[in-house]
Amino acid sequence: MSSKKETPLKTIGFVFLVCLVCAALVSIAASGLKPLQQANKLLDKQTKILEASGLLEIAGTDIVGTYNQFVVAKMIDLDTGMILPNASVEEINLFDERVDSRNVAKSSKPENDIAGINRRANHAVVYLVNNEQGQLNTLVLPIVGLGLWDLMYGFVGLEPDLNTVRSVIYSDLKETPGLGAEVLNPRWKALWPGKKMFNDKGEIAIKVIKGGAKIGDVHGVDALSGATLTSNGVQHTLHFWLGDEGYGPFITKFRSVASEGELN
Amino acid sequence: MSSDTKKVLFGPVVDNNPIALQVLGVCSALAVTSSLANALVMTIAVMLVTGFSNLFISLIRNHIPSSVRIIVQMAIIASLVIVVDQVLKAFSYQLSKELSVFIGLIITNCIVMGRAEAFAMKEKPGVSFLDGIGNGLGYGAVLMVVAFFRELFGFGEIFGIEVFKLVQNDGWYQGNGLLVLPFSSFFIIGLIIWAIRQWKPEQVEKD
Repeated sequence: MSSKKETPLKTIGFVFLVCLVCAALVSIAASGLKPLQQANKLLDKQTKILEASGLLEIAGTDIVGTYNQFVVAKMIDLDTGMILPNASVEEINLFDERVDSRNVAKSSKPENDIAGINRRANHAVVYLVNNEQGQLNTLVLPIVGLGLWDLMYGFVGLEPDLNTVRSVIYSDLKETPGLGAEVLNPRWKALWPGKKMFNDKGEIAIKVIKGGAKIGDVHGVDALSGATLTSNGVQHTLHFWLGDEGYGPFITKFRSVASEGELN
Repeated sequence: MSSDTKKVLFGPVVDNNPIALQVLGVCSALAVTSSLANALVMTIAVMLVTGFSNLFISLIRNHIPSSVRIIVQMAIIASLVIVVDQVLKAFSYQLSKELSVFIGLIITNCIVMGRAEAFAMKEKPGVSFLDGIGNGLGYGAVLMVVAFFRELFGFGEIFGIEVFKLVQNDGWYQGNGLLVLPFSSFFIIGLIIWAIRQWKPEQVEKD
């Protein structure tokens, strides 16, 4: 402790100096590391999209290269289901559902908020994942919905018929480890491929079934044991996002365009 | 290494453990011990923050006005924590996502503040730095033991490598649901404190 006499001026000067040094340190660290952090975040998202489309194994260590080769990101207007052709690459890359859904000007309250998201962004970015011949192989749609504790963020991958499931994966959640967080278990994820989201009448039919789905049930997936609320959350999330207030209009548009044979 | 240095550096591991004897920093020990990998990263983060906050505070200890010393310490600690958080985000995005809020909460970890106030304000920079690292080690030692039991018996894994095959994966081991939850650490920390005090009875408080 100071042996010299303290004066208010000295104290203020000292505190000011300490703040200055600390602030400089923090801002150097933050701005210096920002490019790396953004690259990491993007890489994380790209990895998930490749996983959702089943390309992760092919990609190996070259995530960025594989992503750029096969994936085309499009920004859409959720209400009309139209692709926004004027959206720049930068806009698409920087789009963040979490930011937009908190902005009153860029989001709206869903009428039937079964997924518990409170507000839904007006726009969304969807990912068209092509095969080596350049034809659509998987459509990856970002989803979000309430689990037991908090919102769970993930992706659903659909085959070109926009009905058959390629994958349902979660990237960000705070569910109970060992129970709800088992949605991340590869064995549970393996139950999804091949299931059908819609029935013959075109209604959303996908269901998470407590006690286990019957063999041959194309719409049913086993619920997670001990995690009823998380399982219900997954089902509600899918119903919301595939429905009219989610990607419904986009899926309808996409199908009609596809049937005319001008998919890409 | 002289015996004094050794005492400063390794004393806090058992003889003067910040969690077991000083009972500081228990809150974060509950939260980050569900897996060994998390506990290890947290240990390193806390070790660096305690070490460097002790170093910097000791360097300027003769100039810090005593009327505002806590705030000055806080400013230094908070800055270091932010730097650690930023570095983690840049180099290990996955881990930073899992540990997210707990790294920020190192600021409120009583060990950092406690060592700054109790040690670094009086001692020379070199030995203060070692004291900080030592206390980080002591904190980490408890963290790792707790995480070892929680991960092994809760998830049947060690550092993410399967040891007991879980029932969910067609194995035989039913994961212990209690150990998966943070408060189970209370039991393990309690048992650790009991074990240390059986071994070193001089740590037992007098009535």
